Amino acid sequence: MSTPFYVSPQQAMADRAEYARKGIARGRSLVVLQYADGIVFVGENPSRALHKFSEIYDRIGFAAAGKYNEYENLRIGGVRYADLRGYTYDRDDVTARGLANVYAQTLGTIFSSAAEKPYEVELVVAEVGETPEGDQIYRLPHDGSIVDEHGSVAVGGNAEQISSFLDQRHRDGMSLAEALKLAVQALSRDTNGSEREIPAERLEVAVLDRTRPQKRKFKRIVGRQLDRLLAADGASTEAESSAEDGSEEQ
Amino acid sequence: MDFLAEHQPELLPGNRQLPPTQGVIEAPHGTTIVAVTFPGGVVLAGDRRATMGNVIAQRDIEKVFPADEYSAVGIAGTAGLAVEMVKLFQLELEHFEKVEGAQLSLEGKANRLSTMIRSNLGMAMQGLAVVPLFAGYDLDREKGRIFSYDVTGGRSEEHNFAATGSGSIFARGAMKKLFRDDLTEEQATTLVVQALYDAADDDSATGGPDVARRIYPIITVITEDGFRRLTEQEASELSRAVLQKRLEEPDGPKAALL
Repeated sequence: MSTPFYVSPQQAMADRAEYARKGIARGRSLVVLQYADGIVFVGENPSRALHKFSEIYDRIGFAAAGKYNEYENLRIGGVRYADLRGYTYDRDDVTARGLANVYAQTLGTIFSSAAEKPYEVELVVAEVGETPEGDQIYRLPHDGSIVDEHGSVAVGGNAEQISSFLDQRHRDGMSLAEALKLAVQALSRDTNGSEREIPAERLEVAVLDRTRPQKRKFKRIVGRQLDRLLAADGASTEAESSAEDGSEEQ
Repeated sequence: MDFLAEHQPELLPGNRQLPPTQGVIEAPHGTTIVAVTFPGGVVLAGDRRATMGNVIAQRDIEKVFPADEYSAVGIAGTAGLAVEMVKLFQLELEHFEKVEGAQLSLEGKANRLSTMIRSNLGMAMQGLAVVPLFAGYDLDREKGRIFSYDVTGGRSEEHNFAATGSGSIFARGAMKKLFRDDLTEEQATTLVVQALYDAADDDSATGGPDVARRIYPIITVITEDGFRRLTEQEASELSRAVLQKRLEEPDGPKAALL
């Protein structure tokens, strides 16, 4: 009978964390930004069928980076939790905070249970409020902690670099086109600092729009609407640059 | 629903043990629902009365609900159970849509509702029946469709128009005489108001438009643009126009004899 080697708990946890981080880093990054009328999710996703973003409930959206089957599992769990909550009590009783707590519990349990491999996922749960002050964004790393974020958040492989880029440039009250442009800029920067072009058909974009008349605020932005928004931000850049030119002249 | 059945079965309408009862349980009942198709969509409308025996239990009950973006359900029968059934039905359609990333087909929705009614059969046999009318816009076939049900969950597709509830006999008669293939959306909404008026005229459990209290029928239209409920303003204009004509001709528009 062989005796297992002794591994210190610190070492075991560090190994698991590294395993999860490496798994997440293999996936492409995605960003979640607040803008004037809500929250926008932007990510690079070559697949039309496997979504990174989805609707959980009326005002709650979900974004995930990492392993598809694992976050899909968590997503369906979240939809079930939210629908059951809303049916048992009231639609207003489903909150992003409650959902984030459930996810944190699940991820934390899986992370520290020796029987299972840690999930290689990083989640964002966002809820759009009546006003920008009411918006909530929670980031849930693989180990089950919760980080309350404001303004902008990036998860996935190149997350640190992208978030510092976004932190410097994101401001409150941006229009959707501006926020989208900033997000695409952030995503197209490679680790070595060089930029590459991401075509519109490889972008997955969704919004939680507080101005939508329906109860359900989540909406995917695809096709012509996306093209229009991307073109609009080109136009606004020109407008901005010409405004800058004007100010220089004065 | 399967998930509910596994985790919280007591939340499902069909899963309750009923105490043995004697006689009929007194509970508010909803009455007449009518639906009519027109090229490009379907109209579903209901009166506002709920009755309990010979008492009017509620004057302004709402019996027509959006099931999702492209369908609506109108309920006749025991109001409390029916409203709960609709709530669960809405939940199921939304849940399916979120999990699968695609909407159920209109047939799929209609079948699901059928199962839910069947699960209520035990209650129905004790006098607490729920008989809805389901209408929706079929995005694949590009037309409005109507499904009617019986208490056992039997489902049948209705062509052109349909009615359910205690005043349905009279409403159906009215619609039979007024329906044409080339109705516009506005004509279709007027038609349902006429049909509900005729139902209220002859059935004591159906409420007519209440001008004094500003209670008008709920009228909903489903087209390829989705579900829309007429505003109170629109419903009041339609109802008043019909009422005005009825002052001259109390029995409503006359159909040709031959």
